[in-house]
Amino acid sequence: MATAAATSSKQTVLQYPGAAPSVSARIHPVVLFNICDAFVRRPDQAGRVIGTLLGSTSSDGTVEIKNSYVVPHNESADQVALDIDYHHNMFVSHQKVNPKEVIVGWFSTGFGVSGGSSLIHEFYSREVQNPIHLTVDSGFTNGEASIKAYVSASLTLGDRQLAAHFQEIPLDMRLIEAERVGFDLLKNTSVDKIPNDLEGMESSMERLYTLINDVYKYVDDVVEGRVQGDNNIGRFIAEALASLPKLSPTAFDKVFNDKIQDNLSLVYLSSLTRTQLSIAEKLNTAAQIL
Amino acid sequence: MPLQKDQVTHRNGGTAVQPQKNRLITALMRRHVARTMLLPLLTKLTYQHTFPQQKYKYSFSPIVVPSETLFAVLSRARARKKNPRQHRLVPPPSPSAMANPATGRSFLQAMTSVEEVAPPLRVVQMEGLAVLKIIKHCKEFSPALVTGQLLGLDVGSVLEVTNCFPFPTREEDEELEADGANYQLEMMRCLREVNVDNNTVGWYQSTLLGSFQTAELIETFMNYQENIRRCVCIIYDPSRSNQGVVALKALRLSDSFMDLYRSNNFNGEKLREKKLSWVNVFEEIPIKVSNSALISAFMTELEPDSPVTQCDFDRLKLSSAPFMERNLEFLIECMDDLTAEQNKFQYYYRNLSRQQAQQQVWLQKRRQENMQRKAAGEEPLPEEDPSNPIFKPIVEPSRLDSYLITNQISNYCNQVNGAAGQGFSKLYLMKALHEN
Repeated sequence: MATAAATSSKQTVLQYPGAAPSVSARIHPVVLFNICDAFVRRPDQAGRVIGTLLGSTSSDGTVEIKNSYVVPHNESADQVALDIDYHHNMFVSHQKVNPKEVIVGWFSTGFGVSGGSSLIHEFYSREVQNPIHLTVDSGFTNGEASIKAYVSASLTLGDRQLAAHFQEIPLDMRLIEAERVGFDLLKNTSVDKIPNDLEGMESSMERLYTLINDVYKYVDDVVEGRVQGDNNIGRFIAEALASLPKLSPTAFDKVFNDKIQDNLSLVYLSSLTRTQLSIAEKLNTAAQIL
Repeated sequence: MPLQKDQVTHRNGGTAVQPQKNRLITALMRRHVARTMLLPLLTKLTYQHTFPQQKYKYSFSPIVVPSETLFAVLSRARARKKNPRQHRLVPPPSPSAMANPATGRSFLQAMTSVEEVAPPLRVVQMEGLAVLKIIKHCKEFSPALVTGQLLGLDVGSVLEVTNCFPFPTREEDEELEADGANYQLEMMRCLREVNVDNNTVGWYQSTLLGSFQTAELIETFMNYQENIRRCVCIIYDPSRSNQGVVALKALRLSDSFMDLYRSNNFNGEKLREKKLSWVNVFEEIPIKVSNSALISAFMTELEPDSPVTQCDFDRLKLSSAPFMERNLEFLIECMDDLTAEQNKFQYYYRNLSRQQAQQQVWLQKRRQENMQRKAAGEEPLPEEDPSNPIFKPIVEPSRLDSYLITNQISNYCNQVNGAAGQGFSKLYLMKALHEN
């Protein structure tokens, strides 16, 4: 990008930080949802939404982005105005709930980094040391969803700052919480009911069954020579099979029966309690001594 | 009593839960109740300032059911399957009353008239964003219990929850009033500026293994109900998410219970009159989850359908013992409470019968006296004597507590049943695997 041009005098040299920064970011799904929701609700004349990212920084340089809020702003061709009071108020409010979350950067929707962004980035670098700039491409340019995180390093020519260089940093999008909730809840536009425990159990077992089937078919294919066997996969399968604990049939039966009996006694206990409850209620409200 | 952070004791430095869970809950709810006293002020603010905006929200905003005209709302309400357990207080709007677009009524008039004839609440529709926020907040602070506010819209028979914000946990009660109020007002104001619906439609709270039915919950409900026509309480249980279950529940007080509560009368006869048993205190409303198209596009793109997720790992875990143990612990405590309540009733009945026996004896004596007086020609004395202490009516103890406890117990039983059912399937699976 920028060429390291040295001027005639020895003092002013164009500083170009070439080394990749050692920062990486991890984002929680709440943030993504918040940004998309804010984008959908933006006022009609705004082209994009801008907001603050909250989170924490761990000791090894990984920044964890846990929360976010939108900040109203005005953008014209050459000017950017950000509502600083609002930003501050929201930050104070969020601090009341969770004092451990601090400002770690800011986000904007839209593809790529624009000129106005550098001004906003400057503002945020006054709040926190090395702010992260997150772009969420809601327009799906290039036909794909791109979420990128940048840190900025400034290009200085002696004392004068020329430009800000936004370098992309690795972004970890492991949506573990979303996985926990269940992707089908979050992917579809509408889900009619949240699965209760037995239904969830059923779907998990079905998935397990399909997995086992796939592995079985794969092994069959390799044995019959239809598919070239991959040693790594073979090793994984062997490991998985070996991790089944080796119990003698009698020992296993004993453990199994014990567990079954425990469970049965619990079910019996809970049914007993419920019967007791209905009896107690009848006694309480039916008796009337007058 | 004020809740100190170190009141949460952990036995064995591990995962055991504090024995004073009830006090924890009541302290938390007391704070929440005090906070919600600000609700009148809050809703006045929001309705005053946002109701005109709301009118536009319905027509122009891209998120809220924008293009849904009055007909669509009403036809949806009518077309939905009838749920026999709902208590219908208001008949559904008759077709002739509302289906008049050409009468030239203004939008505002039409909106207000809909509010009077409201179809009963059938489903709570939550946005994925609200669900994730609730989960995040509750999980971060578990095992402490937290609450937060739900924001959204009330449309026909669907209560939409589109956003939420958490309440800060306070340690001392003195700063509660001013600070809590300020925080709430500030958040609502800020959210309004970015076009988030800031109608309060209820609140959410986290719970520990389902022990949320307390008198404070009912109090909070009554407070909310005075100001907001339809509100709901969402309960999330972060401890059950270790089992792979999204333990989200939407609760409402049933209407008959609310009437009874207002009259503050929980005698046996009243309850039998209204046929109100402990099952009818709380109503659970099914939750639907919806997402905007943008976010579902993002999610589909970012996370391809993987064959197995963390959720499955959690569900297929074989050790359910800690969960069952805790459940049983709570169950035992609750049974103790229930027996205490029942003892109260027995005591009351015993006293009542004793008092009646005394009354009879006294009446006999009076009658004898009267006969003697009549024989002597004097005026008979009255047969009642309100100043006599044996005629003082004994107050019947309220059954509210026993109802709540019964609800809790049934909740625990349900959970135990569910977990045991899961345990059975897992065990048989293990057996099948082992045999192969």
